[in-house]
Amino acid sequence: MSGVLPDERPEKAVHQPSRPEAPERAPLTPEEVKRRRARNLAIALTLGALCVLFYAVTIARLGVNVLNRPL
Amino acid sequence: MTMITDGLAENGRAQGAAAPARPAVSRSAVSSGEVRDYFALLKPRVMSLVVFTALVGMVVAKGHIHPVIGFASLLAIAVGAGASGCLNMWWDADIDAVMTRTARRPIPAGRVTGEEALAFGLTLAVGSVLFLELVANWVAAGLLAFTIFFYVVVYSMWLKRATPQNIVIGGAAGAFPPMIGEAAVTGSVSVDTLVLFAIIFIWTPPHFWALALVKSGDYARAGVPMLPNVAGPDATRLQILIYTLLLVPVGIAPAFLGIGGVAYALVSALTGLGMIGFAWRVFRLREGDPAMKAAQRLFAFSILYLFLLFAVLLAEHAFGLGAAFRGGLA
Repeated sequence: MSGVLPDERPEKAVHQPSRPEAPERAPLTPEEVKRRRARNLAIALTLGALCVLFYAVTIARLGVNVLNRPL
Repeated sequence: MTMITDGLAENGRAQGAAAPARPAVSRSAVSSGEVRDYFALLKPRVMSLVVFTALVGMVVAKGHIHPVIGFASLLAIAVGAGASGCLNMWWDADIDAVMTRTARRPIPAGRVTGEEALAFGLTLAVGSVLFLELVANWVAAGLLAFTIFFYVVVYSMWLKRATPQNIVIGGAAGAFPPMIGEAAVTGSVSVDTLVLFAIIFIWTPPHFWALALVKSGDYARAGVPMLPNVAGPDATRLQILIYTLLLVPVGIAPAFLGIGGVAYALVSALTGLGMIGFAWRVFRLREGDPAMKAAQRLFAFSILYLFLLFAVLLAEHAFGLGAAFRGGLA
């Protein structure tokens, strides 16, 4: 509790690594946004399917041993 | 892995249209490709044939595999095949751009960049091999890795632009899937799938050279030393006939090795005669439109031939249709 309000806090010297200036990018067109959303959806569905597949493969490989655990 | 060609039309899109100019600089950091472009990079038609031949390798294997493990193994093989197709498109983008058959592919058409295709292909290649090792065994995974390496490095990067025997040697890549399928089931490879390997291996030259006769202008423009461009169409026709005559007895061989039954013997003999008939027409008809049509018909029939041989094997083994007869000729 220093009594200094947040907006009165002195500026700290923060190390800012020099970054190469990012090239200017044209904003995405609605069509590009739509394609990106479709790609993201495809990746999400693929990852979800992989999770299900890994689960199914694990159960298949364990077989009846899946029940063999201390209760 | 994908020596089996995916036909004259690519991606189900209009043929003959000029490819749009490739943008010199990407206007955005975000890919402009659609999901179907990435799917097209996997050469889905070739992938389906690889899955089909790998499935036959699985069902002829002397062993049992849990259906879930079998499905996951086939998926890994399919993705591995797709990865090799994707890496092939990445490497061959320059020659794809000047060939009418391939100019509409995602990279030459400018819908996906080469870097994106490379990253996509490498990710799928590594992922498919590791996944196959996890779900099946290291023998199958090792074979899949070797097949991807053989197709991308040995065939695409080296042989394709170096020798007119490119598809003869490179054909091995398309012939491995039955062996991978068997290895996924048994952890090893037997004579049974070696014979299936031999069928696809010897089938590849007449299949591919029939296409090369039709598309020799394309290959010449691209600077790919296909046999018709190097040795001439007549020498190619002779080679097609010789390889077809070698193929037919190898195609019938499974019936005498206990792999196929009576149905297989009949189908392989009849379709083998068909192959010889179409190859003979290609050999005899050397001028003009009839010569082109003969080559196109051989190309189309060769796909049907391979499909039928493997479909009958699948039916005999998976559905027990040939159980009563199998071994009768062996």
